[in-house]
Amino acid sequence: MFEFANPKRFMDLSGTVLPWLAAVTGILLAVGLYLSFAAPPDYQQGDTVRIMFVHVPAAWVAMMGYGFMALASAIGLVNRHPLAEVAAKQAAPLGAVFTFLALVTGSLWGRPMWGTYWVWDGRLTSFLLLLFLYLGYIALWNAIENEARAARVAAILALVGIVNLPIIEFSVDWWTTLHQGESIFRKGGPRIAAVFLWPLATMALGYTGLFFTLLIIRMRTEILERRIRAAAMYSGT
Amino acid sequence: MARFLAMGGYAIFVWPAYGISALGVLAAILLTLRAYARAKAGAKAIAVTSPS
Repeated sequence: MFEFANPKRFMDLSGTVLPWLAAVTGILLAVGLYLSFAAPPDYQQGDTVRIMFVHVPAAWVAMMGYGFMALASAIGLVNRHPLAEVAAKQAAPLGAVFTFLALVTGSLWGRPMWGTYWVWDGRLTSFLLLLFLYLGYIALWNAIENEARAARVAAILALVGIVNLPIIEFSVDWWTTLHQGESIFRKGGPRIAAVFLWPLATMALGYTGLFFTLLIIRMRTEILERRIRAAAMYSGT
Repeated sequence: MARFLAMGGYAIFVWPAYGISALGVLAAILLTLRAYARAKAGAKAIAVTSPS
């Protein structure tokens, strides 16, 4: 795996993959958006059910992004792999955006369905902590001048924070909450009608595609910036 | 059309949810592309001044 992971190889490979990934992502998001509004209103939730199609994918990608960031951080920490460090660093701002979107759309869904924008229960509080973990991770990178040191310290925060992922996942089983339990990835299959599952799945794939499309572009950006800095140092300017 | 926009009376929740999602996604795309364009221009500049 690592032989594909040197920056030069990454630039070649990602340059080929990028336009295709971006195109597929664009199609998924367009179709997903269409399906989101073509679906009928839910018999209990009415049209607020449409909020699910932007809320749940954002939340999934926020958690998946953190898992990715922690994994890349671990590889960076153990193997001192520069590409892994770049991947972790560039995943963080994207993860923070999706976390923010999941929180805000959830709040806008909570008000009409639960009667409140916010409640300090296990699910919502642990998800807010996810946002703070992302922001803390970004702040550490910005606060430490030395790049290698920043990568190490930030990676440790990312790894410590991974304990929050199972807390988010199981919070709805462990504590009383207004948030509904797991209805998609459960034993016996999804407990949701197909007319809602299709837009949800399409949007989820679109959001995931968007995460990786932007991640690749951001990684390419950082590799170019490092080359520019190295060239500036070499020429003494 | 008016019926669609009304979202069964939940317009003030559904449309802001989609609006903020669109805004967040577009901001992420624009900021990412702007930084990428800047880095590409910078890399091109050093390729011109120091051919290696």
